[in-house]
This record gives sequence, C-alpha cells and structure tokens, in this order.
Amino acid sequence: MDHHDDDDCERMTPSRRAVLGAAGALFAWSFVPKFAYAAAGARDPRFLVVVLRGALDGLSAVPPIGDPGYAGLREGIALAKDGPDAALPLDGFFYLHPAMPNLARLYKSGQAAIVHAAATGYRERSHFDGQDVLESGQPGPGHTATGWLNRLLASLPAGEGIARKGVLGVGVVPPLVVRGDAPVLGWAPPRMARAGSDLTMRLADLYGQRDPHLAAALQQAIETEGLAQRRGMDGKMGGGGPDSVDGMRRIAEGAAGLVGADDGPRIAALAFEGWDTHANEGGAKGRLATLLGGLDGAFATFEQGLSPVWKDTVVMVVTEFGRTAAVNGTTGTDHGTGTVAFLVGGAVKGGRMIADWPGLKPEQLYQNRDLKATTDIRAVAKGVVADLFGLSGPVLAEKVFPGTGDLGPMRGLVI
Amino acid sequence: MAGPDDLKAGAVALQRFGVGARPGQGEAIRREARDRLLAEIAAGPVPQPQGVAFSGAAEIGQALYAFEDQERIAREAKRVAAQQAQAASPGAQSAGMQVAGAGAMSGQMEVAQAPAEVKSSSQNQAAQPAKPPPNEPALPFRTYRDEVKSRVDLALAAETGFGERLVMFWSNHFCIGATKSNICRIMAGAYEREAIRPHVFGRFEDMLIAAESHPAMLDFLDNRQSIGPNSPAGRRQRRGLNENLAREIMELHTLGVSGGYNQADVTNLARIITGWTVVGREGVLGFPGSFAFNAGLHEPGVTPLLGRSYDQPGRAQGVAALTDLARHPSTAHFIATKLVRHFVADDPPPKLVDLLAATFRQSGGDLPSVYRALIGSDEAWKAPATKVRSPQEFLLASYRATGLQPNPGQILGPLGTMGQPFWQPSGPNGYADTNAAWASAEGIKTRIDVAAGWGRQTANAVPDPRSQADDILGPILSPETKQAVARAESRPQAIALLLMSPEFQRR
Repeated sequence: MDHHDDDDCERMTPSRRAVLGAAGALFAWSFVPKFAYAAAGARDPRFLVVVLRGALDGLSAVPPIGDPGYAGLREGIALAKDGPDAALPLDGFFYLHPAMPNLARLYKSGQAAIVHAAATGYRERSHFDGQDVLESGQPGPGHTATGWLNRLLASLPAGEGIARKGVLGVGVVPPLVVRGDAPVLGWAPPRMARAGSDLTMRLADLYGQRDPHLAAALQQAIETEGLAQRRGMDGKMGGGGPDSVDGMRRIAEGAAGLVGADDGPRIAALAFEGWDTHANEGGAKGRLATLLGGLDGAFATFEQGLSPVWKDTVVMVVTEFGRTAAVNGTTGTDHGTGTVAFLVGGAVKGGRMIADWPGLKPEQLYQNRDLKATTDIRAVAKGVVADLFGLSGPVLAEKVFPGTGDLGPMRGLVI
Repeated sequence: MAGPDDLKAGAVALQRFGVGARPGQGEAIRREARDRLLAEIAAGPVPQPQGVAFSGAAEIGQALYAFEDQERIAREAKRVAAQQAQAASPGAQSAGMQVAGAGAMSGQMEVAQAPAEVKSSSQNQAAQPAKPPPNEPALPFRTYRDEVKSRVDLALAAETGFGERLVMFWSNHFCIGATKSNICRIMAGAYEREAIRPHVFGRFEDMLIAAESHPAMLDFLDNRQSIGPNSPAGRRQRRGLNENLAREIMELHTLGVSGGYNQADVTNLARIITGWTVVGREGVLGFPGSFAFNAGLHEPGVTPLLGRSYDQPGRAQGVAALTDLARHPSTAHFIATKLVRHFVADDPPPKLVDLLAATFRQSGGDLPSVYRALIGSDEAWKAPATKVRSPQEFLLASYRATGLQPNPGQILGPLGTMGQPFWQPSGPNGYADTNAAWASAEGIKTRIDVAAGWGRQTANAVPDPRSQADDILGPILSPETKQAVARAESRPQAIALLLMSPEFQRR
C-alpha cells in the first residue's frame, strides 16, 4: 500500500474542505421534490439507522494517522499505518481500524462513505441527553416524545406505501428515534417460545375493548411477527446481547430480513451498545476492537441479507458524540464531541471521506480537549433522506429536524 | 366507612406503591391501604435478604480474587497444552479455528478487571476460562444468581411491598451494571444490601455516600483507577484522572443533567474523589475487595466545586462535596421528579413534584418525610392507573398472584427476555421508567410469551382462575377481563389472560 505522502501533504488530501464545500454549496438549489420513487420501476429505497450507544471513539475507528498530532495524543492506543495489525488505508490521511475489513472493502468498491469530525448540535457530554438529541432530531435535550425517523415517515404522502408499512424499531425496548404517531413495528431476537396465537387473539380482543394503547401495540407486534414468519426467519433462540458480536449479527440479520421483505417496512432503526470506553479501550486489539468487529460483521450481514435491494439501501451509523482526543488516565477516553458517522450501502455515493478536518493541535480542539465537530450529523441525515425519499427542504427543516432551516441537507450522498 | 370508590383507589394504590396482591389479602388491606403503607414507612429499615453466601464486599473480594487466580492458572495450563499440541502437529491449527472459538465466546465473555491484568487477559480471549463442574456456573454468576433469588424471595413475602419497590427504585437510581466486570457481577447483590437497603428509610445523603464509596460503584464507573495527576502515584506514572463517576454523580445521582454544573465541575469533582478505590488482592489497605481511601492516589490541595472550595484532608473532602451535592436544591427537584415519574405518571404533575421537592429540602433529605408526602397526597393517590408495570414489577406481581415459588431460572430467564434483569441496565442511567420503553409492540408481545409460560407453570396451583381474578384484582377487575378469564380454553390460558389484563398490567 502506498503511504507515501500523508505526512507532508495533509492539505492535499481529498478529505479536506473540497468535498464538504461542494456538497454544502448545492443547497443553493431550491429543493426540487423528487417523486421518482413513486413511479413504476423507480427506486424503492431502504434506510436503516444504527445507533451506537455509549459514544464511539471516532479517532480510533477512523484514525487520522496523517495528522501529526494523532500519535502523541493517543499514546499506547494509537494505531499505526504499518507493521503488524496496521490500520487499513482509506485516503492516505485517514485510515480504518483493522477490525473492519468489510467496511474497507465496501469503501473501496464505492459503497461506503465516512463522515469525520461530525456531531449533532449537542455540546454537553451526557450520554443520555446526547442520545435523546441524536434520536429525537430536536435542537436540544428534553424532547423525548417522538423520534426523527417516525416524523420522517409521518411526513411522507399518506397513501404512499412506505408510510403505510411503518418504521421498524429493533429491540424489546424500541429506540427513541422510531417512537411517535406513525406506525412502529417491533422485533427483537427471540429469547423464548412464542405464545400460541389463540391467546394473542383473545388479548387483542380484550385490549380492543379496554385499552386502546395496548391494543395498538399488540396489533403492530402481530403484523411484524406475521411478516417475520413469511420471510422464513427461523426464530432461533438465545445468543448474546446488543453489546456482543453475536448479538449484533442477530440483530442485523433480523432487521435485514424484515426490511428486505417486499411487504416489509422500508425504514428501520437498531442499536448496538457498549461503546463507552473509559478504561482499557485497547488499540488494534482489545475491547473497542471487538465491538468494531461486531459492527463490521453487521455490515456484511446487511449486505448479504438485503442483497436484492442493496442497490437501493443506505445504512447510516451514528453515535451521540465522540470521545476526548487524548487518552485519559486509565488507557481509555472520556466523553468528547466530534466523531465519525458511516454511510454504507449500494445507494451510497461512496469511496470517499467527507471531512472538514479541524486538526488535532491543542488550540484546534473543542475546549482544548475534544475533536471539534465541523459537520452536523443532521445535515448528513437530511441529505440522505432528501435524496432517498424526496422530502422537501422545508419539511425536513420544520418537521423532521426542527429548527434546522439554516442547516442545508448535504447533497450528493446518494447515487 | 369505605365506599366502593375508596376500595378501588386502595386497590390501585397497592399496585402503584406495592408489589401486587397475594391471594387472600382481601378487602381489609384495600380498605386500609394508606394506613398500611404509612405503617410500613414508620416501621423503619427494610429487611435484609437471608441465606446469601457472603456477608459483604470484603468477604466477596477475597473469594473473587482466589477464583480469578485459579482461573488464570487453569488458562495458563491450557495455553501450554495447546502450544505443545501445536508443536506436535505443525500446521494443523488454522487461524479459522481460533476465530470460531472467539466468536462462540463473545456472548457472555467476562474479563477480569483487575487493572494490571486486563491487557493480557483481553488478548487471551480465545482461550476458554476454567469450566466449573457441569450445570454449576462460575463463582461470580453463581453469587449473582443466589443474590437475585434471595432478594426476590423477600419481595414475594412482603405485605404491601412498598419498601421493596423503594429498594428497586433506589437500586436503579444508583445503578451499577453486573456485566461490567467480575467484581460488579459478584458484588451486585452485596451492593444493594450494603449501599441501598440500610438507607431506603433513612437520609438521602447517607445513601449517596454509601453508594459512591461502594467497591461495586467504584469499579462500575472506573473511579478505582482514577489518579490525581499531582498525587504521589500520578507524579510517578503516566496515568491520571478518569471522570466517569464524577460526571454521573452530578448528572444521574444528584443534580440532574440541567442542575447547574459544567465541565470544570466534573473534572474538579473527579479530582476530589481521587483515592476512593477498591483494595487490591494484596490487601495492602484493608480486606481485598473492600473500599479504601488511598492517599497515594488523591489529588492534593484545595479544589473548587459549584462555587465552593473544598480544603478538607483526604476522604473528608469527597464526603463534604457529596454532602453539599445531596443538599443542593437541584437534587431535591431531580429526586422528586424521578419519584413521581416512577410511582405516579410518565409526565409528573408539577404540583406534586414541587411538594416532594420542598419536603426533601425542608427535611434535609429525610426520605420517610418525602414518602409520607407522596402517599398522603391525593394527587398521587387518585391518579388514574396509567403506568405499565416494569418487567421486574410484572414478574413479582405475577408470582405473588399465582403463588409460584420461583427457582432462579424462573427469575433470570423471564427478566432477561423482557429486557430487565436485576442490576444490569445497559448504562449508568438505569432502566427506563416510562411506558414508551416497556409498553412497546415487541415489549407487550414478549410479555404475552412470558405470561403463557407462567400460565402453564402455575395451572396446578391455581384451582380456579375465576376466583383468583376476583381475589387479586378485587374492585378493579373489569367485566371484560372477568369474561375473558371465564371463557378461556384452558386453565393456563385463563391465568395468562389474568396476568396480561390491562388492570393487572397498569398501576
């Protein structure tokens, strides 16, 4: 691999302002709603959002080895561009964690884009508020009634198939990003034998008479289970949780199975956990490497499970914020700000880094401690859904991501 | 005296504040619901679980370290044997086999968290840890399992169970996560027994200090490894602060996220509590596994926090800071909000929150005073039953209603399936406390599966589900549920219908 020029020509890498500048300028077009998806033979898009709970360390997942400040800040957990367990090359400035070969392959084949130095508008460091902001799509914390994927669905034309099919939230507890008035489907990797359908129908009847909320929830569950059965999902029980490699694979398999169905939901959200690496984070191997391997495996699972519709699929991976630029006192990292987001799928205009790189010198860091956020994740999300679903700028700025009138969708993310 | 409305309110209140009715508790307890709850507050400390293997953290620590030493020896022996086998048949072992081994393990892999050893043990993940005899899990999980069983037994035996509900509330407020490490797993029960139970009917600041200085918490939120940069140890080695616990103390345990602190306060509180640690296996500072203040790790000097400065020596500095945090008005409001959200409504009525916050402030964080204000207020008493029971509450209420005496598997299995095993929330904010979390489509469907299983397991113990429904739900049993139970195709199905009925699910 050629690592020839990354130390002395930081300025020339394609990761810098050029890409973002071009993308941002395009918002000057007044937005033209795109109804192509409704036309015969046009795209029938699939959109999956993966939330990484706990704040992913973007500087380890996608290390800027070309930045002269990187190795010093990261000390013992820094990744290297050569030697054993070398990081995987991306654009000569950014590298990819060696636990993510599938993502490297997808990137190389133009099916993955990586956004760096990204964050929501939230600038404090509470996981829970950070996740609420990320998932609610609101400018600040404290709004937990509805999530932006649900409002996205509610904004689509009512008769439209996508809207009718609902949004899938994976997990016994649905993630906030899918909650709201539009239909929410639920599914989780099964842990025990399912009750007989007779009992379920009797309860549906009882709830119908007594408890509209429970009735609605149960109705959604019945529909999703029917779909899973039609898809031949085996209902195999057991396995690890969403913070294990095995659990991530099972969750990804299930989501792909349902979203890939002709009559299934087109939009889904799932969450992987365990990213809060305060201590003993590890470098090329160790705790974070294991988790990244799980995420990387999930990419392969999505690609395989959704293969017939992969060309119309975008998987967007986001986390509430990043971690401190420097390693902390316990060989880990504390809560920070800027981090990475991944866009993966056949519909992604990939093979590139998207970053307005702020640099890692002390004065370039946010509050002298975190990677500064120079790209708003909401602009990325708006760009993807604008192109995939043809939503207009005003709807995106008022309903889906309220208060983002000044924040244009990043264009050109979708083929 | 008591009219039908009072009986109904009493029935709802017992579900709202307690762990659910047992057969035969009858009308008397519903009529006197308020007095019985107040009497439970007056009676003082909640009981302690019986029959646990270790009396406390110090005893557990020694056993855990001995267990980990054993495991290490077994692992090492295995590694040597594998090397010898590999040397005997060169080229036979492929890399693929190693990967498969690591994948199969990853579900329940638990890495010993003793700081010095972590690196080597995490690189060793492909190796199998020493296997206990068949059917008997390893010491940390065995201890966890037995602790869960004995605390569930207590809740099943309680009269109203208000005290047990409060234990669950506070355990979740000051939660630790058993999956973090062996030490968290093995000490999870002891943590609740030592840090939570003694103070549930006591003062908030005592619970706060007990929780933040418990070895399980110091391990869970990494403070045991945090080192003051200017402490003797900090000057010797290139390690330093870890601000995890300090942040969560202010955000989750006291002030609340908008309670008026900033990043500098987080770092300063982290400095103040450096040295709050866990005694290592050598036992230099006390019994291995117990709390110790290690002056060698403590950041020296006067440290500001929230506009005050703390100049106390050693551990007293942290105690002073925590005491002030406990008395902060933001803390009163935060705790009041959480209590009302837990017991009354997802959107806590502001008047009731204000009442509880004022009581908290005026009483100096005297928790019985706060509970009396809650029980005594009509707003809490007469609110409609909107909240869906959490999975833990649902399990306890179901076993009380059916009289099933569960074995450990009947506790751990359903709670794992429903997403609320004891002491293992996915983050330090604990389990969610709203219907949005528990009454989801998948959540309700999973409950039905669980209830179907319980129906089958308890059918023989419940001779007549119709009278059981009358007995358990009394004045809140609806005609529709009564009919559904009566028309069920089988006794197991009738029990499942009772347990899944809206009036059993909501409180």
